[in-house]
Amino acid sequence: MTRPVVAVVGFPGSNGDHDALHSLAEDVGVDARLVDYRQTSLAGVDAVVLPGGFSYGDSLRAGAIARFAPIMAAVRDFADEGGPILGICNGFQILTEAHLLPGALLRNKTLKFHCHLTHVRVEHATDFWTADCNPGEVLTLPVAHGEGQYFVDADTLGELEAHGQIALRYAERDGTLSDEANHNGSTAAIAGVANRGGNVLGLMPHPERATSPLVGATDGLKILGTLQELSAGLQTRAS
Amino acid sequence: MSVWNVKAIIMPKPGVNDPQGEAIRGGLESLEFSGVREVRAGKQISLTIEAQSRDDAASAVKRMCDQLLANPVIETYSVTVDSVEETDGGVNA
Repeated sequence: MTRPVVAVVGFPGSNGDHDALHSLAEDVGVDARLVDYRQTSLAGVDAVVLPGGFSYGDSLRAGAIARFAPIMAAVRDFADEGGPILGICNGFQILTEAHLLPGALLRNKTLKFHCHLTHVRVEHATDFWTADCNPGEVLTLPVAHGEGQYFVDADTLGELEAHGQIALRYAERDGTLSDEANHNGSTAAIAGVANRGGNVLGLMPHPERATSPLVGATDGLKILGTLQELSAGLQTRAS
Repeated sequence: MSVWNVKAIIMPKPGVNDPQGEAIRGGLESLEFSGVREVRAGKQISLTIEAQSRDDAASAVKRMCDQLLANPVIETYSVTVDSVEETDGGVNA
């Protein structure tokens, strides 16, 4: 059977692109391909990953310049067609700047770069990417960010809750919420948020750095593993 | 066509957490500056642009703020046109 094709978009300053390619190809077992930010087509692609890093050196705001990269028009069309898109860390920042996801990412409340394992509780398993998880399940995933404090205003937060768009929250190992667990100070401890359609997910933790016992964590497979169900030709897209 | 110096001042919206401003406030406190209740840290972007008039210069930079320079989810902006640097027929074409 032909394996699903997953595009990993490489921007100038991406540093998680090759982590994602390796994880997707070796651990998840899909046909992962690096797509240059100067390309303008995603033809033949079944899913898209916007990787972590510091695109354009985080100039102005993280993700602010990358959203105008040539590939982004195709990413927007892909999202509108219901294609699965995962934004990891800087990829999440790019998706919010592109208005494909609500909210924005601010400097961590501690002003420090956070680089450690974290626990996130699955809130809703209604989007494409958390379909293999159970609500309330706690995943252990690494974070590596300086600007990961998710912010939305109170009205938007209400909408996110009403539409089940809050996918992941920072939590203790047992799933309880606490100020300590919400290490970067995110609104409502949000670690991952989906669009209304459930096909676009952004998250600050790095699932692609947690797909092999070799690196000490495998819960990333709970998220990236959903790609295995995307056999080529069997599109999950709405259109 | 004239050349204008325009400043865009971009600030975190009221109610949006500003960890940088809070850290500066803490620093001032440890230097024993008393009575500093709040510090908000934003950024200034200075542009030199060509435009027909002062109003055109201001409205162009406002459009830049809406589309790129500021993120309306977390920031507000204000634009001031400082001075005319040179006018048509100036020596530095």
